[in-house]
Amino acid sequence: MNNSKLTSTVAAAALVAAGMAAPAIAEVDFSGETIEWVIPFSETGGSAKWANFFAPLLSEELPGNPTVVVKFMPGAGSTKGANWFQEQVHEDGTVLFGTSGSTQFPYLLDDPRVRYEYSDWIPVMASGTGGVAYLNAEDGAKFDGSANALKDIDFIYGSQGATRLDLVPLLAWEMLGMNVEPVFGIKGRGDGRLMFERGEATIDYQTSSGYLGASADLVASGTAVPMMTWGALDEEGNIVRDPTFPEIASFKEVCEATDGCETSGEQWDAWKAFFVAGFPVQKIAFLPAGTPDDVKQAYSDAFDAVRKRDDFATLAALQVGKYPVFVGEGAAKATVAGTTVSAEAKAFVQNWLQEAYGVSLN
Amino acid sequence: MDALATALPALGDAWALILQPAVLGYLVLGVVMGLAVGVFPGLGGIAGLSLLLPFMFGMDPVMGLALMIGMVAVVPTSDTFASVLMGIPGSSASQATVLDGFPLAKKGQAARALAAAFTSSLFGGLVGALFLTLFILVARPIVLAFGLPEMLMITILGLSMVAVLAGRVALKGLAAAGLGLMIGTIGEADAGGSLRMATYDIPYLTDGLQLVIVGLGVFAVPEIVSLLRQDRSIAKDASLGAGWMDGVRDWMENKWLSVRCSLIGVLVGIIPGLGGSVVDWIAYGHAVQTTKDKSNFGKGEIRGVIGPESSNNAKEGGGLVPTLLFGIPGSGSMAIFIGAIALLGSGDIEVGPSMLRDNLDITYSIVWLLALANVVGTLLCIAASGGIARLTTIRFTYLAPFLFMLISFAAFQSGQNFEDLLALLAIGLIGIFLRRFDWSRPAFLIGFVLSNPVEKFSNQAFQIASFRFRKSFEEGMDYIFSPIVIILLIVTVVSVVLGIRQAKSIMAEGDVQSGSKRAPVVFLLIIMAYLVTALVNAHMIPDYNLTDKIVPLVVGGIALFCCAIMLVQMMLRPEGNVIFADKEVSGEDAEAPYGLWSTLAWFGGLILGTFFVGFILALLAFLLSFLRLRARAGWAKTLILTACGIAFMCLMAGALNRDFPPGLLQDVTNLPWPLN
Repeated sequence: MNNSKLTSTVAAAALVAAGMAAPAIAEVDFSGETIEWVIPFSETGGSAKWANFFAPLLSEELPGNPTVVVKFMPGAGSTKGANWFQEQVHEDGTVLFGTSGSTQFPYLLDDPRVRYEYSDWIPVMASGTGGVAYLNAEDGAKFDGSANALKDIDFIYGSQGATRLDLVPLLAWEMLGMNVEPVFGIKGRGDGRLMFERGEATIDYQTSSGYLGASADLVASGTAVPMMTWGALDEEGNIVRDPTFPEIASFKEVCEATDGCETSGEQWDAWKAFFVAGFPVQKIAFLPAGTPDDVKQAYSDAFDAVRKRDDFATLAALQVGKYPVFVGEGAAKATVAGTTVSAEAKAFVQNWLQEAYGVSLN
Repeated sequence: MDALATALPALGDAWALILQPAVLGYLVLGVVMGLAVGVFPGLGGIAGLSLLLPFMFGMDPVMGLALMIGMVAVVPTSDTFASVLMGIPGSSASQATVLDGFPLAKKGQAARALAAAFTSSLFGGLVGALFLTLFILVARPIVLAFGLPEMLMITILGLSMVAVLAGRVALKGLAAAGLGLMIGTIGEADAGGSLRMATYDIPYLTDGLQLVIVGLGVFAVPEIVSLLRQDRSIAKDASLGAGWMDGVRDWMENKWLSVRCSLIGVLVGIIPGLGGSVVDWIAYGHAVQTTKDKSNFGKGEIRGVIGPESSNNAKEGGGLVPTLLFGIPGSGSMAIFIGAIALLGSGDIEVGPSMLRDNLDITYSIVWLLALANVVGTLLCIAASGGIARLTTIRFTYLAPFLFMLISFAAFQSGQNFEDLLALLAIGLIGIFLRRFDWSRPAFLIGFVLSNPVEKFSNQAFQIASFRFRKSFEEGMDYIFSPIVIILLIVTVVSVVLGIRQAKSIMAEGDVQSGSKRAPVVFLLIIMAYLVTALVNAHMIPDYNLTDKIVPLVVGGIALFCCAIMLVQMMLRPEGNVIFADKEVSGEDAEAPYGLWSTLAWFGGLILGTFFVGFILALLAFLLSFLRLRARAGWAKTLILTACGIAFMCLMAGALNRDFPPGLLQDVTNLPWPLN
């Protein structure tokens, strides 16, 4: 960051502080306008589902009830859209941008395509999800709350790629001393589950909605055994049991019960950093750099009103899971947590990707 | 008969749900919207569905479904217009249709071809729905029986259709397919993320080329340019020889072919992960192999239209199985469909395994709404086909600028990059030369379409097989040689043997005269240079990412070997040999009043103009100058046609909320829509 940019940031911060001191005046009005919510993915992914879910609700709550349309700008693993957003400046508050874990991971791992800087942007809403890992019936019988009896088994896992969200499960299983061989190149977690159902894969994980939608049936019919959730974050940032699956132990508990797995130190910190970016703070809605405070406040209030709707819990349970939706300060805090890793954690993961899978991002 | 006991009441409930006036009204509304959207090649159901999404929130489930299904169902039907009339494949569902449909249009039999195609679509859709009604109850274990080796074998079966479509010189067809496969590997590898013939400095290439662009480039661009050079109407002598009744009669005479291809469509459609990419080629191959006189294929054989069109609507029904039973979308529009279903009503319809248990009536409603939408859509299309077929009697010079406009817009929609237009031009050039030198373009396209599945399935199946073999030899063999694999293997071998025997009589590019050596040899050397570059590039991928390099190395090696043999043959054989086929020697292209480059320059000019001033301004200049200078139209005609073109573009893009390609001008200024 050069000097003038620093100065302007400080100036902006001062402005923000000044703005906060003044009483909020509701003069932002989007009547007759069209808000474009840009998603750097195709129409078919989870982020599209997320934005399409929120868009009509947001439209109802924003002052002036503007039309909110979701626009798609897929390409280069979402870095194309994010690079585009980096170039945007505030005009009239009608551009909103949504990112996902797949946008955060390349940023955290120094992917050469990344030309964007998360801290420049203004988060107005963040939401997350959870994930559940499960085993086939045969190997699941050996699971006793620890992975001790699973260490001599060779597992097969259908994976989208080691640098994607799959980094979190793959690293977790490695920390437990399990031998999981990923079959790379599948297109979505649904394909992974199908591979598991066909018996080709012997271990799988799904995000919460995917698990509830289909894998829970496998568990009920006895063909799958849940192993652990990745957990959830509490107010203080500690990992606790996932509220959607209170009966399933978290990875932290399984790790503590397993010989040789540590819930502290470099490896754990690295896992946790990427877990936070990939799950509890997976999806964030941003306004472009330089957006004035009143516009930001209008969006924050609108998202706040959305999450406080009476029917929000039922609507959200199916679409985005029963996870907290952060707005305002909460969104800002969540964004920092989800988009920063320590230099040590980054180096550790980069090194591990290189050694375990031969993946180098340079 | 347990299943039947649950199925029948649910089926009754489903029909009770469907047969409400409001539901039928929404269905027709959806169908009409779908037909309007389907006019745009390459846009298809995804754009239409995205448009409907905001209205789905809390909508009555059956009405919402009727609206959405009406829209999705007719896109593979209405894109037949573009593929038959203009030779523009709108989606992967209509690529095989182009092969014989477009030559029929050129013969002045567009209405006949369209009617036959629509009747086949309709029938395919109904067979699909009927089959699914029973099959969906027992489908789950069958779908699960298709593992990676089975999917690999189906992909190879699709690839084996190259044998049928290779053209007169088998080696050329093989090399064309190899080139298609290699172009399909461009970009970031699925498995290890290695870059092939791409660099992070050009992010566009890391995603690889889109099917829409390659389909348009290989089929549409060469045909448009060729017709424009000849300066005539699509239908020779500007007359329509056969009416739509003939098409329906053609279908009647080939109804069993239609039945078989419909079943092929449903069966391949239900296998998740394959999507529609192979279905129509397998159906086309089947149509060829079951026809006694094969000499008309590629020149306008009605069976070549009936086969793929019967399968592609049936496939949509089959595709519902993975979508509804497993929650795994078979296509982009199905993915949006799943998302939209969750928005309907109180949001309690959940796609997935519970669908059959909790919502069997809704499941059946979906199946039969799809069939009903097909009926409505097809009747509308048949009714319109006679009139729309008249387009083929218009002097082509008046159509061409609008076709360039449409394919540019379609290409841009695939990735929203300016590079999409460049890629279209580049692939279009390849297509033009493949056509000129009688290299099989269908073989090239099959190679491209199946490139990703071949690589993915062979890598994954190999990895899991070696895992099984480590456990025990027997388990490994069981995995690879399952009964399904063995059956598919036999079918493939038979189809290849038959195909090679028949290939010589099927001339996908028509009868091409041979000429001197120089031009065909130069083209061959250019192809070889690309293959060598791609091979060296793949070789440089480090060995720990073997999965990313093995397929390009093997396929590229084979293709290069074919090319090398051809080079030797070219050196040994005399001029005038069939291997030196060249459309510029004699025939329509050679006698055309306009040259290739001057004609292509118009298209290039539109793209160059877009680079500087954005699409709409460039289009304005392009239409004005083209109509004035090339078509030599009067000012009044020019202005009216230009205004119509621009207005149509803006109307469609505005309604679908789509952007136009921006240029340098848009970077520095802030213009209002649609100029931005």
